[in-house]
Amino acid sequence: MSPTPALVVDNLRKTYRNGVEALKGISLTVQPGDFFALLGPNGAGKSTLIGILSSLVNSTGGDAEVFGVSVNKHRNEAMRLIGLVPQEINFNQFEKPFDICVNEAGFYGIPRRIAAQRAEKYLKELRLWDKAHHQARELSGGMKRRLMIARAMMNEPKLLILDEPTAGVDIEIRRSMWQFVSGINAAGTTVILTTHYLEEAEQLCRNIAIIDHGTIIQNSSMKRLLATLDVETFVLDLAQTPTELPTVAGISLRRIDDHTLEAEMARKQDLNTLFAALTDNGITVNSMRTKTNRLEELFVRLVENGRLEPIQQEKTA
Amino acid sequence: MSTSTNLVALYTITRREIMRIVRIWTQTLIPPMVTMTLYFVIFGKLIGSRIGTIEGGFTYMQYIVPGLVMMSIINNSYANISSSFFGAKFSRAVEEMLVSPMPNWVILTGYVSGAVARGLVVGLLVLLIALFFTSLQVVHPLITFLSVLLGATIFALAGFVNAVYAKKFDDIALVPTFILTPLTYLGGVFYSVNMLAEPWQAISRINPILYMVNAFRFGVLGISDVGIGTAFAVMLAFVVGLSLVALHLLKRGIGLRS
Repeated sequence: MSPTPALVVDNLRKTYRNGVEALKGISLTVQPGDFFALLGPNGAGKSTLIGILSSLVNSTGGDAEVFGVSVNKHRNEAMRLIGLVPQEINFNQFEKPFDICVNEAGFYGIPRRIAAQRAEKYLKELRLWDKAHHQARELSGGMKRRLMIARAMMNEPKLLILDEPTAGVDIEIRRSMWQFVSGINAAGTTVILTTHYLEEAEQLCRNIAIIDHGTIIQNSSMKRLLATLDVETFVLDLAQTPTELPTVAGISLRRIDDHTLEAEMARKQDLNTLFAALTDNGITVNSMRTKTNRLEELFVRLVENGRLEPIQQEKTA
Repeated sequence: MSTSTNLVALYTITRREIMRIVRIWTQTLIPPMVTMTLYFVIFGKLIGSRIGTIEGGFTYMQYIVPGLVMMSIINNSYANISSSFFGAKFSRAVEEMLVSPMPNWVILTGYVSGAVARGLVVGLLVLLIALFFTSLQVVHPLITFLSVLLGATIFALAGFVNAVYAKKFDDIALVPTFILTPLTYLGGVFYSVNMLAEPWQAISRINPILYMVNAFRFGVLGISDVGIGTAFAVMLAFVVGLSLVALHLLKRGIGLRS
């Protein structure tokens, strides 16, 4: 028997009072233990979807089930299974991180003694313990975001939803946050992530849904989606200014500046052909990198150009 | 949620509200003490000494103390919940509770408990200050306590409804300024409604604060302008009515959920 999905979204709709149709009947499934990316441009409907899952937004149609529990019919039981890290800072800045975490646990009916132990555990794991008894307003932006992760962990949720948790956070803190969340996921918590840092999604997530204008335009495993990318662009740093650019079949070469070339080519085409042609023209390449990460390239094509055919969602463990 | 988890959640909100009152005690506890001391000095001592005795042979100071204590209680329970809940809405900290499995009645009861606690503490402090100016003996302790409890609860609930609807800080100041203060002053705090001519006496009887002030005055002094049974019936009706309104607002998510 297959396990109960962590999340089943069934024909979910939301039309706001001003007439904006934020969700146009979307459906998706997230399997337990998954690290799932929910991507889309601003205003696509991601936050509305997360708002409905966390009961902050009332849907106008359809339903969602969290581990088999309907958000519409059994809201309280469903909320017990979810931990939410929202996009905006939403705690009382005059309270202390320790109290914020302990109070959060209290809202879930967790006794104060256990709540205090958990608060210490998660604040330490997220490197906030030295600030635990300072007012939250004294924390830096990155610390505030980590505090919201610690707070979301207080009820030890089966489904953790992170809505752009690393927005405006420096790279070091971002990495430490992902280390923590990856650990939580490895321990069995299902994670749903929305982010605009697509390299994060590519590195962390196993499955992905892309939402745009209130509809799911792509829903598949990350591997399958990335495999659909048929063209890659490389940036080549040159030792000297080339006098003439070679012509190579299937490869489009473009001069960016005196020491930089851009090469767009089919993924199946080997790089040897390119390097042979460059060598024949006396061009020495010092270094090479991909222009954008693969997911970013796909994302842009999907959202802006609609150049890819949707992939049918596959079953994932 | 089970009863025990609901109780933990209720304790958490109530404790947090009380800690807030203590944390900002210069805003929550000191101002009513200062204001009421001035009332006692000006109305009780200076003007009251020229008035002589009023109903039941009580001095004017003795007569206005229950009214002023009740006025402090309802003002502070109202102010506490409206500023605290609206503050949580404004900072979006209310979402911590809205995404939790807590039933709505727990959220409401927790906030009301915190507001009632502030009302009771302020009432007690004002009563202690009053004892520096006059002597008082509580005639009916149970009626005194129940009238204080119901009065604080009614205005806590009213403050909650106000905070749910409020969109900006100005909105939570409008009701106290234009409704609460006039009703309090016209609710028999400083005079007996029996002193008024008709139709003002009849009009005064539709003011809910009149029943709270008089129930409390009956508890402390043993005199009242209204029947004590009627006073409690009116107060209970307001508690039930406002509770239903507040729970309906929470269920529908008005002002809280999109």
